Parts: sequence; C-alpha cells; structure tokens
Amino acid sequence: MAVLVFADVLDGKVTKSSLEAVHYGSKVAAEKGTDNVVVSYGNADEQSLANLGKYGASKVLVNRTVSDMDPSKLAKLVVAAKEAAGADVIVFSQDYTGKSVAPLVSAKLKAGLVAGAVDYPNLADGFVVKKSVFSGKAFAEVKVNTDVKVVAIIPNAVGKEEGEGSATVEEFSADLGDSRITVKEVKLETSGDMVPLPEAELVVSAGRGLKGPENWGIVEDLADVLGATTACSRPVADIGWRPHHEHVGQTGIAIRPDLYIAAGISGAIQHLAGVNGSKVIVVVNTDPEAPFFKAADYGVVGDAFEVLPKLTEALRKFKSAG
Amino acid sequence: MKILVGISKAPDTTTKIKFTDGDTKFDEAGVQFIVNPYDEWYALVRALELKEAAGGSVTTITIGGAEADPVIRKALAVGADDAVRIDAQPTDAFFVAEQVAAYAKDKGYDIILMGKETINYNGSQVGGMVAELMDLPYVSNASKMDMDGSNATIERDIQGGIEVLEVATPFVVSAAKGMAEQRIPNMRGIMAARTKKLEVVAAVEAEALTEVTKYALPAEKGSVKLIDPENMDELVELLHKEAKVI
Repeated sequence: MAVLVFADVLDGKVTKSSLEAVHYGSKVAAEKGTDNVVVSYGNADEQSLANLGKYGASKVLVNRTVSDMDPSKLAKLVVAAKEAAGADVIVFSQDYTGKSVAPLVSAKLKAGLVAGAVDYPNLADGFVVKKSVFSGKAFAEVKVNTDVKVVAIIPNAVGKEEGEGSATVEEFSADLGDSRITVKEVKLETSGDMVPLPEAELVVSAGRGLKGPENWGIVEDLADVLGATTACSRPVADIGWRPHHEHVGQTGIAIRPDLYIAAGISGAIQHLAGVNGSKVIVVVNTDPEAPFFKAADYGVVGDAFEVLPKLTEALRKFKSAG
Repeated sequence: MKILVGISKAPDTTTKIKFTDGDTKFDEAGVQFIVNPYDEWYALVRALELKEAAGGSVTTITIGGAEADPVIRKALAVGADDAVRIDAQPTDAFFVAEQVAAYAKDKGYDIILMGKETINYNGSQVGGMVAELMDLPYVSNASKMDMDGSNATIERDIQGGIEVLEVATPFVVSAAKGMAEQRIPNMRGIMAARTKKLEVVAAVEAEALTEVTKYALPAEKGSVKLIDPENMDELVELLHKEAKVI
C-alpha cells in the first residue's frame, strides 16, 4: 500500500512545510517498500510539482478545479486520491491548511490521526509516532490502531533533503461537492521574503526589555542580516507593540527553528513552551537570574541595546567574509 | 442564535509536567486545572458577545467525569447559560468528536465553537472532526468573526497572513487569539454559576482510533555557555562552528 502526501500551494508554489511532508512521506514509503504519491491542487505550477521528485515523490496528482483552501473539498480530494493511489498512510504538514483538512480526512475514513508529529513513525510495533504535547513541554508516543493512518508533521521538525529526480504530474479529477465557504480576500502579512514564523529556521525575538515599539529597529536589523523572521513575547503583542501574529509561546505560535535568539525576554514557562523545540537558543538579558538562561544554549548577560547591534555587526562581518 | 461551545479541562499554563504509571499517565497530583484558554478566552467569550448582540443561548459541552465539573462551573461563571457533560473519559480526539456530534445532532445549533487546540494535547483535531461527522462547513483558526443574521464573515489565520471568508449557519469554527478578550468572572457570575443547569448525559458508543502508549519529557539542556557581551565575534563563531546553525 502506497503513501499519500497532501501538498499545499501558495502563490503557485508548493509550500516549504509541504516539501517537508513530501520528504517525510518518502522516508515512510522507503521503509514500507512502496510508492510516495503526492496530491496537490489549484494553481500549482507544473515545474514546482515535477520538482517534488527531488524530495522523493514518485507521482503527483493535481486537481485544478479547486483553488481556494476549502477544507471540505480538499478532504474529499485527499480521500479520492487515497483510493486512486491505494494508500494506507496519509501525510500532511501540521500547518494551517493541514489543521483544517487532516481532521476531516481522519473522520471521513475513521483513520487515526497523529496531529503534530515530530518524528518518523516506528513501524516495528504497529504504527507509533512521537508527537509534541503539553505545548512543547513533553512528548507522547501515539499508536494508531486503524488500518489507514494519518500523520500531520510539525513544520521544521524533520526538515527536508533535496536529491535528484523528477515526478510525473497527472491531472486528477474527483467529485468534490459544492463549496460552502466563500473566500473574499487573502491578506498576506509577512513582508517581502520573510519566512512565516511556523516554518522559519532562524528567528529573532524580543520582549518587554526593549522598552517600546520604537526600539524594534535593532531587532529588525539583526533579523535582516541573518535572514531571520521576527517574533515577540506575549506582553509585547498584548500591549500592541508588535502584531499578534508575531507572538510565540503557549497561547501564541509554537515554533521550532534551528536558531532562536531572544532579547529582553525573561523566559516565563508559557513562553518557553512555545520555543523549547528550537535546536539552539541564544538569550540576551540584563538579568543574570532570568529563567530563560536555564533553557538557553548560549547566553549573553548584557543590555540588548548594546548587544544586538554588536551581534548584527559581527554577523555582517561573518557573512561578508563568506 | 443558538451556540454550542466546546470546553475542555487543561492543566494551568504554569504547570510543571510530570508523568506516572511508568510514564503512561499525566500526573495530576497537585495540578491546578483551568478551562483550556483557547476554549475560554476566545471561543466562549466570542459566543457570549454574539448572544449579547443578537439574543439566543450559549451552552457548553465537555467530555469528562465528575472531576471536570469545577472547570465547567468556571465556564458558567464566565457567562454560559447552561452546560452539558458527556459522562466519559476523553480517550482521543475522534472519540470526543463522536460524542459532541451525537449530542449536537438534531438540536439545531447555529454555531459550534471551540478553541483551536487544547494546551495539553495540541492536536487541533476535534473541531474538524465534528464538522465532518455532522456534515457542516468548518473554519479553523478564526481570529475574528462577525455575524449578520445567519451569515458570518470570518478572518482565519493562514500561512503568512489572513483569509477573509463568508459562511452561512450552521457551521463549526475553531477560535484563535484575537477573536475576543479574556473575561474575568465577577462574584455575581460565580454565584450564579452554582445554580445553572449542568446536565450529565450518557456517552454514545464510539471508539478511539489512537492511544498514547508512553510520555516523555524533553532531554535536559546542558548548562548555558555565557559569552562576553563585548565579544560577539565569539558568539558568531560558536553558532557557526559548534552549533552549526548559521
């Protein structure tokens, strides 16, 4: 039985988190000794779909009749593709689209869903997947007890590898029913080339220690040099210094970048919950007793207003030296 | 407007997580339980605001044993009219969704609202599953919802931004930050909650599709390596050569 991966599309391109899902699917398919089939939709450009071969897709099924992120239609599409591909494992990214569609597919098929997986399934004893629980404070091994399994992998949890290869792309039609939601407008908030927070590999974040929104220039400069995405702590979003979509933490966005630099954030347990999946944490704080230092790999006891510009300068030197 | 709000019991956000029974169970000893923040701050409060604007009722639904009652009373203190508790342990998301769908079916709710996820399981599954089981439209991660008669205009979080969409009742929606502001219950609310109706309903036959076989805590971090604030070149060097993240 094959593996089926759902690939989401934004601006005609397969999203980064979906590339990770395709890579994840290819690893599971390899272990099962089967094919890794991808289903996508909308205005995905042909080249972007064929390129999925580099991430381990053998075949891509694309349905052009659905263009909006309509969970009901996409769930029907995935189920139809699952039948066509003869798949018994379905992989999503646990991004906004995955969270909208995967539960519908799970309920439609009565197939157990592990939502928020952080590792590959262990096939030795059934189908057991490690997932993040308690908002990043713990992990659970979840066993799926149904014949068909659905997994939604957290962005940036297993990464992706680009290899060689090109996937065949086939138009795929299915009865998707009527639309019950009408999309009026799509407003993209992240400016320029900044990677959205849940997918970001490098994140620079700041909190109340920055003293006011007018001081965020030093955070943005650092993020700019690094090619990082900016984030903030909850108090800063709540008082309106920064937009809500930048809030990382237990009640904001949970992230797992390779590098998280936090300046002027004390590191309350709720903030740590959202960021302790980060591979490396750098903390800058004037208070050597700040709890965040206990969760950090590297710490700088000092004033963000002095440390951040120096770090930016050091990085600029490092980048220009190549 | 007849609204059903899913309320789940969650450990307080400051809880230090521990496990028991050979790491197969969450250790509840000494844990303070709260209403899952996404269910309370956003879903429940927005439901109350809609009721206050257009009339109607707000009922909460919880899957759990009698130990969930104090948390349900808290939701009543915030302002829900009445509550339903389905008398069963919430074994997995599908089991919970089956219970909610079985109860809500034939009751004519205009909106079924719940938080986008619980802070203990973080699955974001139940809303979508309920929608599918009841054949209703589903809108996830909604950060704003306005009603005009039976039509809703909703903003939902999408990758890198926001999508504005329209949907007609009945529908299922999961609430994210931004949809409403937390309400602190006042003494009158707390008193009134004691006598509000909390109906206990037997569970329907349903199966869990998944099970947690083991829990684990993240590996302990080694101690922090402190860098001289005057020597940021050293930090860059470490991030490049030792941590290999840049």
